[in-house]
Amino acid sequence: MAAFSVARSSCGLVNGLRVSFRSLTQVKYGAVSASVAQTNLHRGCRWYSVSHLSVRERIEKKRKAALVGGGQKRIDAQHKRGKLTARERVELLLDPESFVESDMFVEHRCSDFGMEEDRNKFPGDSVVTGRGRINGRLVYVFSQDFTVFGGSLSGAHAQKICKIMDQAMTVGAPVIGLNDSGGARIQEGVESLAGYADIFLRNVMASGVVPQISLIMGPCAGGAVYSPALTDFTFMVKDTSYLFITGPDVVKSVTNEDVTQEELGGAKTHTTVSGVAHHAFENDIEALLNLREFFNFLPLSNQDPAPIRECHDPRYQPKLTTCWTSFKQYIVDAKDFFEIMPNYAKNIVVGFARMNGRTVGIVGNQPKVASGCLDINSSVKGARFVRFCDAFNIPIITFVDVPGFLPGTAQEYGGIIRHGAKLLFAFAEATVPKITIITRKAYGGAYDVMSSKHLRGDVNYAWPTAEVAVMGAKGAVQIIFRGKENQAEAEAEYVDKFANPFPAAVRGFVDDIIEPATTRKKICSDLEVLASKKQVNPWKKHANIPL
Amino acid sequence: MAAHSLSPPLRGLLFTVKYVSLHSRCCAVHSKAHYSTVYNPNEKTFDKILIANRGEIACRVIKTCKKMGIQTVAVHSDVDSSAVHVKMADEAICVGPAPTNKSYLNMDAIMDAIRVTGAQAVHPGYGFLSENKEFAKRLAAEGVMFIGPDTHAIQAMGDKIESKLIAKAAKVNTIPGFDGVVKTAEDAVKIAQEIGYPVMIKASAGGGGKGMRIAWNDDETREGFRFSSQEAASSFGDDRLLIEKYIDNPRHIEIQVLADKHGNALWLNERECSIQRRNQKVVEEAPSTFLDPVTRRAMGEQAVQLAKAVQYSSAGTVEFLVDSKKNFYFLEMNTRLQVEHPITECITGLDLVEQMIRVAKGYQLQHKQEDIPINGWAIESRVYAEDPYKSFGLPSIGRLSQYQEPLNLSNVRVDSGIQEGSDISIYYDPMISKLVTYGATRNEALAKMEDALDNYVIRGVTHNIPLLREIITHPRFISGDISTNFLPEVYPDGFKGHQLEVDARRELLASAAALYIAAQLRSQKVLGDQRVSTIPVKCTHWELCVELGEGCHAMEVTKSGDVYNVEVDGGKVEVIGAFNLASPLLPLTINGSDRMLQCLSRDASGMIVLQYLGTVFKVRVLSKLASELNSYMPEKVPEDTSSILRSPMPGTVVAVSIKPGDTVAEGQEICVIEAMKMQNSLTAARQAKVKSVHCKPGETVGEGDLLVELQ
Repeated sequence: MAAFSVARSSCGLVNGLRVSFRSLTQVKYGAVSASVAQTNLHRGCRWYSVSHLSVRERIEKKRKAALVGGGQKRIDAQHKRGKLTARERVELLLDPESFVESDMFVEHRCSDFGMEEDRNKFPGDSVVTGRGRINGRLVYVFSQDFTVFGGSLSGAHAQKICKIMDQAMTVGAPVIGLNDSGGARIQEGVESLAGYADIFLRNVMASGVVPQISLIMGPCAGGAVYSPALTDFTFMVKDTSYLFITGPDVVKSVTNEDVTQEELGGAKTHTTVSGVAHHAFENDIEALLNLREFFNFLPLSNQDPAPIRECHDPRYQPKLTTCWTSFKQYIVDAKDFFEIMPNYAKNIVVGFARMNGRTVGIVGNQPKVASGCLDINSSVKGARFVRFCDAFNIPIITFVDVPGFLPGTAQEYGGIIRHGAKLLFAFAEATVPKITIITRKAYGGAYDVMSSKHLRGDVNYAWPTAEVAVMGAKGAVQIIFRGKENQAEAEAEYVDKFANPFPAAVRGFVDDIIEPATTRKKICSDLEVLASKKQVNPWKKHANIPL
Repeated sequence: MAAHSLSPPLRGLLFTVKYVSLHSRCCAVHSKAHYSTVYNPNEKTFDKILIANRGEIACRVIKTCKKMGIQTVAVHSDVDSSAVHVKMADEAICVGPAPTNKSYLNMDAIMDAIRVTGAQAVHPGYGFLSENKEFAKRLAAEGVMFIGPDTHAIQAMGDKIESKLIAKAAKVNTIPGFDGVVKTAEDAVKIAQEIGYPVMIKASAGGGGKGMRIAWNDDETREGFRFSSQEAASSFGDDRLLIEKYIDNPRHIEIQVLADKHGNALWLNERECSIQRRNQKVVEEAPSTFLDPVTRRAMGEQAVQLAKAVQYSSAGTVEFLVDSKKNFYFLEMNTRLQVEHPITECITGLDLVEQMIRVAKGYQLQHKQEDIPINGWAIESRVYAEDPYKSFGLPSIGRLSQYQEPLNLSNVRVDSGIQEGSDISIYYDPMISKLVTYGATRNEALAKMEDALDNYVIRGVTHNIPLLREIITHPRFISGDISTNFLPEVYPDGFKGHQLEVDARRELLASAAALYIAAQLRSQKVLGDQRVSTIPVKCTHWELCVELGEGCHAMEVTKSGDVYNVEVDGGKVEVIGAFNLASPLLPLTINGSDRMLQCLSRDASGMIVLQYLGTVFKVRVLSKLASELNSYMPEKVPEDTSSILRSPMPGTVVAVSIKPGDTVAEGQEICVIEAMKMQNSLTAARQAKVKSVHCKPGETVGEGDLLVELQ
């Protein structure tokens, strides 16, 4: 029986390749109809003959077939689009010769619309899965293969992904998904949808257990988008990747909007407007090399401490610091600062860095954009980052220079109260080491929110330039001394009283007033002490963050 | 060549540190100086001196004041409130907002500062009020000593027309030209035609190359007149101009003089200042390779004659143009301490600021002419915050995010007034520092300069170290074959950075590869307990591709310990280095010779920016696999810039000459941007219709800001 099927499959392989010469008949967003051979010659025709190939030869043959995916023609087409193949991507992402592939022999199980024919079966189906190492550290990877049925998701495809995700969960190692898929495989119908749901469930179960990273390297549309959305970080490749629920055609028919793919769901849109993606890179190679760099910051799972890399920097760097943002790269090791969402809600800066080799998460208000105020987008951006750090034992360093929450109807109607609460919630529930430096303004409720002492900040510092107050001098004077003649004098009095670090320092709300030049040294030694910090929140099924 | 050769025991004396800073608050200014005169603490001068200046020269003066036990008062504008000179001084007074005419040129505020602090004397430094007779008069009226010549000498020498008349009378060689005030553009053209082109148009009141234009025809004369008079008005508050014959291909050599109030005057040898761009000096040296003892003495004696003719006291400089036949012409006399005074201090051992203070107090000169030696050779490079690739230096601004002076080297002096974190703003001169190296011979001093430039770490602003290093290593400079046209002659198409020879290119590529590998290996060094053990890639052999410019070079590297053996383009390079990946400096031994490279940045996608032989190179190191796959990556189309005019530098828009809808001819002026006191005319690159204008007069623009769009 086996021999028969091999004969079929080897024959089918040839046909399959021939079919593949015709490019995909149609790629619809959200779903892909696989091209099905229509030649009369082969319809209903089956060869039953005794195979002349041994099992070993057949294994070799399958392996070879798996390595070329959808065939050379489609590989060339993929390259022509400026994209690498699924295997090239994996090879570039992982350490040389470290990739251990699984499920190379898995094939789809669809038998409708001619899909059962051998030429429509590709060993490994439309995804490459396995584990490997990045700088020696374990990682599980899946890489969708656009050359096979446009990377569409079949039941088998989903099953392969689920398998490595389950393994990653059991050993405790991150999962990286390289997404390049046209969507569900229409021929499989509900099986494909079930596959998506299986992945979603695992995304959710793995959330907070192992880091999950999605790198979108091609189209990702329809239901498929929710897998990246559930992972911790979504990165995109400029010009070749798209993320949207429905494509421009559907948008046109429903809302009558004219919009291009790029405008609707390109890297620029998602890194600047929607905040769906956390970073975008120039091309596949830059994206994968940067992903390697990014991976170095992350612990393997929530059971592991934040990694400590060999550090060449001196601990004490005397720096004249006037504005933390311009000097953040000098406070951290080797100027390495991997900023998350650099172009979205720029009034808050978040990203990973190292202090004395140890990974830390940095959160800080950016006074150069909207005075560094907190608004809806910056609160949500900050909150998500803080929660990631907390989930994965990454200490949080917060630089505060915040004049308050952004006022206005747009913000109030948009629910700044609800969204601002997210950041407050995230900081308050975090049990990782929390170090806060008030560099300048810390006004109003925003002072409380930004990892204040009151939210269990472990070490809170103020620079001599810090001002902790309910509001700025001008506004305060107008309220306190309403109607008083000499406003300027009152203002001076207020400035003298509140525009300095003392009101907070005398109450113990900051632990010390430090010279900016000593910031790095202080943080490094505090982190060492706080490495053994143990803090447990009361038992609960889960908290109810104001979503 | 040098008149006085030096006996070894005498030379040792020069490097002895003669004073110890009384206050250790100063950190950025040179910590040792090469003075051979010993300060006499019994010679009482002043109790308190106010320094009416900023930046390096203010620091320089404070330094000597501290040595002499004199209290110092700094004045500063509000943006300078945390500047180095303010921190160094015992007292500091804010004299107004950032623009110089409201602060450092604000005589009322400075007079108030003197009254409040009770300063007995004022050192004006250079620039600002240093040659302002009005200021000297007001000081005299209040009984405050001006550390410099008296009002008469300032007035006589400060006016270019009068100074030439006096020089003529004192039998000093002068340049043919027109002595008189020029009123209109047409007058200027007439005068220029009489003298014969080329002519130089300059501000009567100014010096230092500001307000100075060279014209080769009538049109340029008109343009030069307009610019020079505007600049003169904005820089000196005095729009008088004069025109004189421009000596083509001259050398600029100046004589330092020092005179007291008792009729004694000395010449302290010459400084060669021929390397200039836009009439501003870039590299200076003392002595000059060009002068023989006879010419030197003749120039020195004429300089002293002139000083005596105006009863000069204090330090001053007589500038000469010297033609190829060693004829020299009086150019002007600067009645102040010059920027480039340190090189004279290096070869003579005198502390000129100390001498100025002594003389101001009325003491006689300590030295006789025969006491003035030429000990060794000194070279000064002016390190500017400017982009040398744009007309040999257009100002750049920014914050010095990282700054490290090469003071770890011996025989290096750095006069600076900034430190890490300082801002280089549009309001003041963009000079970062004066880097002075010294040696027994010129070659020693040059080699030291090369080292010092390689070890100088400046980040955050664009700087001219690439140009400086190219100048001092250029064969023409080394042989002493220089003139004021050196830069345009050597770089007729503009400065393009160091041009790599085959070997140097290989060395650069190999260094980049070694750095890349060191960084890769470091990424695998994860410390601390890991549940899942790390399996580092066991690798001692790498196949890489390194891109530099257009070309891509395949390369094989083997590593054992700190030794990287690199095979590239059929050549072998051995790089030895223990890489500290946090340090900006990369000391490497490449094929047996020590090289100092600097790493400016390094990113995950293999881009490494290295400073090598002074010039910054962008190198991309990729693994062989990545490089092969890179050929599939699409080229990103850059923005079309031919129809867009962007500001080449940060500054203020002074004038916009066009409006939307106008048709401009190629080369037609579009707008004028003033930066660092220089007016720069921006012209159309091609004939086109103006689509839109995005700037208006008075607006401040940043580098790269869109000014005008053409159709």
